[in-house]
Amino acid sequence: MTPSTVAGLFAVLVFAPALPGIANRTKSALTGRRGAPVLQLYSDLAKLWRKGVVYSTTTTVLFRLAPVVFAATTVLAACLLPLDGATAVLQFPGDLVAFVGLLALGRFMLVLAAMDTGSSFEGMGASREVTIAAFAEPALLLCFTILALTTGDLRLESMLGRPLAEGWQASAPSLVLAAGSLFILSLAETCRVPVDDPLTHLELTMIHEVMVLDHSGPDLALILYASALKMAAFGALIVRVLAAGVMLPAPVSLVGLLLGLVVYAIAIGVVESGMARLRMNRVPQLLVAASAVAGFGLILLLR
Amino acid sequence: MRPLHELILLLVVLTDFWVLGTTRLSSMIRATAIQGALLATLPVALSSHPSVHILGLAAGTLLVKAFVLPYFLSRAIREAAVRREIQPLIGFTASVILGAAAVALAFAIASRLVLPGVQSDLLVPVALSTVIIGLIVLTTRNKAVTQVVGYLVLENGIYTFGMSQAERVPFLVDLGVLLDVFVGVFIMGIVVFHINREFDSLDSTRLTELRD
Repeated sequence: MTPSTVAGLFAVLVFAPALPGIANRTKSALTGRRGAPVLQLYSDLAKLWRKGVVYSTTTTVLFRLAPVVFAATTVLAACLLPLDGATAVLQFPGDLVAFVGLLALGRFMLVLAAMDTGSSFEGMGASREVTIAAFAEPALLLCFTILALTTGDLRLESMLGRPLAEGWQASAPSLVLAAGSLFILSLAETCRVPVDDPLTHLELTMIHEVMVLDHSGPDLALILYASALKMAAFGALIVRVLAAGVMLPAPVSLVGLLLGLVVYAIAIGVVESGMARLRMNRVPQLLVAASAVAGFGLILLLR
Repeated sequence: MRPLHELILLLVVLTDFWVLGTTRLSSMIRATAIQGALLATLPVALSSHPSVHILGLAAGTLLVKAFVLPYFLSRAIREAAVRREIQPLIGFTASVILGAAAVALAFAIASRLVLPGVQSDLLVPVALSTVIIGLIVLTTRNKAVTQVVGYLVLENGIYTFGMSQAERVPFLVDLGVLLDVFVGVFIMGIVVFHINREFDSLDSTRLTELRD
């Protein structure tokens, strides 16, 4: 672990809330509106942090625990990624499963908290969230399998670091397919348009948003922040896979990552402006298609 | 740098998945048109010095597979006013999974099937997967137009397989294949049109209700 590793984590932790702002701003620009400021989420977080919390009398300790667990698991997951392109804050063999597991744990706690409120809308949102996760997680593991096979290592640090640069020489098609699949997955995991609409506030159509309706104040701030960080983590994953060929010294690579994240957020904005949200029963189909693409990449690799 | 034909073959498999996963017929036809255009560039990409024969084959394929056949199919769906495949025998999600399994199977078989003089080791597995996916579409969808698309995909697979021997197969055989499909789709188009006029539907399962 070097100073640049810590700097990388710190930079992403600070930069993450700007990503949804950039995506929404892109959307506004493409639809001819001015839109909210890019740094809107920072103001929202500051405002929520100063507010008090209201807890319903039907909720138990689970409800209070969920935002903290969600934020903590997401930060831990981000620690597993080599954000400066060379080393990760935490690393051990097989930490790719830990990455998937941590995100799943965070989601699980949110789902429990949603059920804990006893609201039928939140239960519905939780059910949808889990349906989507059931299709997204195998696909994410398939993508990781491709990376692990290409680099011959089970640590995310190596899977996304130097060994991957050599992997590009030998198995570029598989890696491109994995990156494409990861992008579709990231839209599902971060609740963006073809899967979920972050701007809708109609209980019947929301997925992620409806689960957190009852949270308020600092709790809601934690959830909003962790969602933005999750988006940054997925963005970093995709940027690292695609840019593995360009090996830069760690500080420059970090600037490259932040630029890559901006491009990623703009890409999400463009996708959101270009297509309508899918019907709920079509979402699994999209995610299965993403798995099929990743599976095809795996077949090419095993050939 | 990877050879261009590998990229083309990968894109062909992705268009296969596109055909399997989409519900809109117009999108399906667009996918076959793109696949046709990809296959037309394949003989040029495969040979190091494209001869007149190869260029002619590419031009003919481009004309028939990327423009004429999609045009006829689009006209068929416009006249028959069908937009979507509503109830396939196997759901769309399941058919995409089946397609992925088919691709895995094709790659497994192709590794044992060594042909002499094949320019790319992706050619045979991609041809086999396209054939199987064409068969899946052909057998699991109800609308007659979709079945024609499945037939086209199936034929695209056979064409890809033929590419492995493009240097040796005489021009006339290629021409025969193209003409064959052209006539096949032409007749199917007429049949589709008549089914629609007689039964007010393109659902081929209803053909079993035929009584005199």
